[in-house]
Amino acid sequence: MRMKLVGVGGATAMAALRVATGAGNWFSALALGVTLLKCLLIPTYHSTDFEVHRNWLAITHSLPISQWYYEATSEWTLDYPPFFAWFEYALSHVAKYFDQEMLNVHNLNYSSSRTLLFQRFSVIFTDALFVYAVYECCKCIEGKKAGKELTEKPKFILSALLLWNFGLLIVDHIHFQYNGFLSGLMLLSIARLFQKRHMEGAFLFAVLLHFKHIYLYVAPAYGIYLLRSYCFTANKPDGSIRWNSFSFVRLISLGLIVFLVSALSLGPFLALNQLPQVFSRLFPFKRGLCHAYWAPNFWALYSALDKVLSVIGLELKLLDPNKVPKASMTSGLVQQFQHTVLPSVTPLATLICTLIAILPSIFCLWFKPQGPRGFLRCLILCALSSFMFGWHVHEKAILLAVLPMSLLSVGKAGDASIFLILTTTGHYSLFPLLFTAPELPIKILLMLLFTIYSISSLKTLFRKEKPLFNWMETFYLLGLGPLEVFCEFVFPFTSWKLKYPFIPLLLTSVYCAVGITYAWFKLYVSALSDPPVGKTKKQ
Amino acid sequence: MEKWYLMTAVVLIGLTVRWTVSLNSYSGAGKPPMFGDYEAQRHWQEITFNLPIKQWYFNSSDNNLQYWGLDYPPLTAYHSLLCAYVAEFINPDWIALHTSRGYESQAHKLFMRTTVLIADLLIYIPAVVLYCCCLKEISIKKRIAKVLCILLYPGLILIDYGHFQNIYNSVSLGFALWGVLGVCYDWDLLGSLAFCLAINYKQMELYHSLPFFCFLLGKCFKKGLKGKGFVLLIKLVCTVVAAFLLCWLPFFTEREQTLQVLRRLFPVDRGLFEDKVANVWCSFSVFLKIKDILPHHIQIIISFCFTFLSLLPACIKLTLHPSPKGFKFTLVSCALSFFLFSFQVHEKSILLVSLPVCLVLSEIPFMSTWFLLVSTFSMLPLLLKDELLMPSVVTMMAFFIACATSFSIFEKTSEEELQLKSFSISVRKYFPCFTFLPRIILHLFLFSVITMVLLTLMTVTLDPPQRLPDLFSVLVCFVSCLNFLFFWVYFNIIIMWDSKNGRNPKKIN
Repeated sequence: MRMKLVGVGGATAMAALRVATGAGNWFSALALGVTLLKCLLIPTYHSTDFEVHRNWLAITHSLPISQWYYEATSEWTLDYPPFFAWFEYALSHVAKYFDQEMLNVHNLNYSSSRTLLFQRFSVIFTDALFVYAVYECCKCIEGKKAGKELTEKPKFILSALLLWNFGLLIVDHIHFQYNGFLSGLMLLSIARLFQKRHMEGAFLFAVLLHFKHIYLYVAPAYGIYLLRSYCFTANKPDGSIRWNSFSFVRLISLGLIVFLVSALSLGPFLALNQLPQVFSRLFPFKRGLCHAYWAPNFWALYSALDKVLSVIGLELKLLDPNKVPKASMTSGLVQQFQHTVLPSVTPLATLICTLIAILPSIFCLWFKPQGPRGFLRCLILCALSSFMFGWHVHEKAILLAVLPMSLLSVGKAGDASIFLILTTTGHYSLFPLLFTAPELPIKILLMLLFTIYSISSLKTLFRKEKPLFNWMETFYLLGLGPLEVFCEFVFPFTSWKLKYPFIPLLLTSVYCAVGITYAWFKLYVSALSDPPVGKTKKQ
Repeated sequence: MEKWYLMTAVVLIGLTVRWTVSLNSYSGAGKPPMFGDYEAQRHWQEITFNLPIKQWYFNSSDNNLQYWGLDYPPLTAYHSLLCAYVAEFINPDWIALHTSRGYESQAHKLFMRTTVLIADLLIYIPAVVLYCCCLKEISIKKRIAKVLCILLYPGLILIDYGHFQNIYNSVSLGFALWGVLGVCYDWDLLGSLAFCLAINYKQMELYHSLPFFCFLLGKCFKKGLKGKGFVLLIKLVCTVVAAFLLCWLPFFTEREQTLQVLRRLFPVDRGLFEDKVANVWCSFSVFLKIKDILPHHIQIIISFCFTFLSLLPACIKLTLHPSPKGFKFTLVSCALSFFLFSFQVHEKSILLVSLPVCLVLSEIPFMSTWFLLVSTFSMLPLLLKDELLMPSVVTMMAFFIACATSFSIFEKTSEEELQLKSFSISVRKYFPCFTFLPRIILHLFLFSVITMVLLTLMTVTLDPPQRLPDLFSVLVCFVSCLNFLFFWVYFNIIIMWDSKNGRNPKKIN
């Protein structure tokens, strides 16, 4: 273990020396700084996702491909697309030098210090892709022109916001997941679209889809944007579509890329005649509407309303107490759940709601193309809408919207204000992920660090424009403080703790749901009311 | 201040790093029968809470002084008592007399770590922030960078939050820093009061006492001993006496009490050095076993003479020409002299040198960074024993990156920026070709860094030969000691050649 540690240390030391010699290189300093912080987070608590990924390492390493999606010794079966399985397969070939035992499928809940070190370092190392993607994004995002001071440059602010993102830090490096390099892939593909390297962007996104299928949510934005702004090579002077400029070659080459990537990923399983099994693993509709802890979305509000109505109904004797199901939604395992007063929600209903929520942004992208920025806005709207209305949404999925939104935030004051509301509430809603006492100071300190920095730096950037928040928004954001104090410091000492253990979670998700809904709504309004790009240029 | 948010961010980063380091193991975790410094701290809480104040420093059936007896001044004991009250409120088992020996649990660790963080947050961090905010000669950005670097100094973090020093360094160093702050900005009484608290918290702060004494005395002389200076002197004496009286009040009731406390504080009957420490006596005992050759009292006399002679020039200089800048440098050189030559030095005492070096970080960024890295490295054997390799490596790199980017240290290696201009000029009067000093220093730096990295790698990966089980830790001490000797010479040169700068500062700028 020590040998490996030293090896890792040596690599970082080389990088550190390079920074030192090229003094003043702030980007590497930011990136290295956060990498070192990640290394310090290694001994922190990790969730069951740690075991999930260990199990996947074992499955891919010790079993033939034909078994990957059938293996079910552990309850944490492989439910990511094939590329991710191959990724685990590749990792497992490094893992065997750390500890052979972690690659045994039957070693459930196996954890040794070497396993821990390997898994943590695998996240830290793959984050290199994220760092590179942020670097590329900073090159192509032109933010607001601001002062000469380094700390007031949009590029500096943007890279700090992305590299030191609170959500990524705690979800990846404490809770344990591989969102860093996946987000890196997405940011990189966005950057490629900004750089007009459409084919590359499409390729990267197709690869990303086969790493983690949650990105399907933003696929409409990609599809429509590439079709509208890449396959159609010209617009009419008023910005509307010129049908005869359609380029079949471009469409076919795009299709070919997507097809080839999919073939590479799903082909082997098609050959084994296992596609239905793979898909049943990828889309488990048997899970409940909400995750064990409600993600702060529309359904959280809906369920909370239902709960309130049922309590009122019981008080007023309008409901029959025997018919009210006893299981409370936030306590216990993922399960099917019946609403008491309001109609219960089916997967199909959420799918329809999601589609309806996404549609306006898609129309907007088609009829009012605003170049890459418009695409980015549409992508965020897709991500947010599906977060708002999706089936069994995890609270972590908010990162899907938060990260791309950072790119927008340094451009316009309006976007910055939406970004700040979205990020602050979204990040706060991640708090219940870390519930152990030693991690409490870490999450509070990091959250304060990120929030104070993001708010103040964006305020400094847009100091000449109108204030970023109105009084209502300020009040709402400040309310998160007392909420945290109540949930973590007051509530555990009250007598309600045993009777209503779910209250902190309920309060957190409902309070955050309000903020995220508000941000979603505001972003939609700004997207629909913005003039098309042609007109803004003239101004 | 317009950049307050960056300052907040920097402090938050410092706090986060501190807390993440504290998640690691501590000294003596799960190692009965003696455990380690962590247990010592807990034991003091137990003693101070359960025994009357008169028995704290005495051996008795309830207070076995062989088992981590209290050997720090009264303020430490009071602090332990305060923590004990909180502990009693949370879980009385933690400090139950006798039965709580070697108590370890996750919750208790959390509690102990929190006490460190709170002490740090109340005393050390505000002092650092205030000190840097008061610096008028550097830009706001540099001030923030300096706070970052000081707060990221790995030595202090690792000892306080990793190893769990048997006395909260951040408190004693924090008080000392408040003292420096006060004395430098002419709040002399407050400064001396804070420094008295520091001494009464940890007797090792005596390393810093001579520069304080000389600087204040020099100030009095400057104002004229017959007029204002005399008034100031009287006021200072009163403050110091009052502060000491207040701290020692319960122990002044009987003569025996006072003497016993003093005996506990200065255990002269212990050896010249303990364990492996990077000072002169330990490092050169490789060649000459002074500890065994000379009788005990001669060892004391020799170490006293060496210490006294080594710090004399700097102190005289400071008394004659008191200036805040000279004061800070003299703090460094005096503490270093004590560390290198005095009797019964611990490896952790290097922190007392590091604190003043942190203060001159913006004046001589290159040398200070180098020194601070070496000082952390010198504690490597200790840190390895506590399984703190990972946090040590990471925090050292973080510190290095922070210093390198915020002060661009490698561009600041000219004679002027090393503050060696006047020295070189005077040497050049005799040797006109003496222009290679900065280059030599740069090469020495590279050499020193490479040896440190190699030694770390060797210690971690190789098993020492059976005949020499301590080979690597002795090597670490020896290398660090050579570095420290070099720094001692360097700092003394700066101090002695400083007067020319002082007289016409504009010329230098």
